[in-house]
Amino acid sequence: MKQLRLIPAALLLVAPLLQAAPLDTGKSQINFTMKQLNVPVTGSFKKFSGTVLLDLKKPEAGKADISIDTASISLPTAEAVGEAKKADWFNVAKFPSARFVSSSIKNLGGGKLQVAGKLTIKGNTRDVTAPFTARQEGALTVVEGVLPVSRLAYKIGEGDWADTGTVADEVQIKFKVAIPAGK
Amino acid sequence: MKSSERYSSPAIALHWLIAGLIIATFIAGLLVSGLPLSPAKFKYIAWHKWAGITILALVVVRLLVRLLKRPPALPAHMSAAERLLAHGGHLALYLLMFAVPLTGWLMSSAYGFPVVLFKLVQLPDLVAQDEQLAATLKTVHETLNWIMAACVAGHVLAAIKHHVIDKDGMLYRMSLRGPRN
Repeated sequence: MKQLRLIPAALLLVAPLLQAAPLDTGKSQINFTMKQLNVPVTGSFKKFSGTVLLDLKKPEAGKADISIDTASISLPTAEAVGEAKKADWFNVAKFPSARFVSSSIKNLGGGKLQVAGKLTIKGNTRDVTAPFTARQEGALTVVEGVLPVSRLAYKIGEGDWADTGTVADEVQIKFKVAIPAGK
Repeated sequence: MKSSERYSSPAIALHWLIAGLIIATFIAGLLVSGLPLSPAKFKYIAWHKWAGITILALVVVRLLVRLLKRPPALPAHMSAAERLLAHGGHLALYLLMFAVPLTGWLMSSAYGFPVVLFKLVQLPDLVAQDEQLAATLKTVHETLNWIMAACVAGHVLAAIKHHVIDKDGMLYRMSLRGPRN
């Protein structure tokens, strides 16, 4: 009987997990901008999914787990898309997905927040932090931020492509994630 | 030959500078379009774009020079048809010197690869990103280049004709060294 009484307490503990809602992929975007000889070139990932929990009154308790389908990469030309899927770049055949798992969310004040976590691309995992803003849009919580990453830290662009004089090392990942209200 | 029968010094300098840049940029464009994607290709494309925009800027200066200092009159022996052909050819070359770099700039904008001149100055996009429009503009850019190549060939042949057949000293109007006495 004692054990049974513990069940509601256990449920309370997992309650925040249950509120992590699948993100609204139709209203979310993952774009990135890289520089080729200082020419800004923007691309995006069209397919991703994940769950995010973010209560604006208690952001520290929030969490995110987002997986990106690397083969859904979009770039200005079909030729560039073909190249990006190859082994030197994302090697989509071997690494079909990239993943971000948050470890903590901090409230920086003034409407600014910061998420820290682990980003895995092409089998390489690195700690990253990204400032972001969050706002309520009807039933959705909309999170927007920029995550600067070093492409070489993830071996994105190997061989001749490792030359940062042609394609800069720093890539800006711009994310917009729409989270339906938790149930 | 009197100095008034020659183009002005700025016009002569710009003619040869632009001629050299056009030939180099044309060849670079031809070579680059056949290359597979590589860091080298990115560099060649960047250089090709910088050269093209430089040509466009120089052509603007050259047109101003031409408007301020009228070119010398054509030799008296030329028939009305020859004059029409000469003026038409020059008009076509001027139009193409504007149209070729502009269509290159347009296609860069449409592809979503903006022009950043000498890695320093990002030029505004002339149209929104649109891959289909970009492909069309690429065809237009290439076609105009071949038309320009034909016009340049005609221009060179006409100059040789004046020099070798007419022996009217016309080549000296645009010569860097001036007439030999």
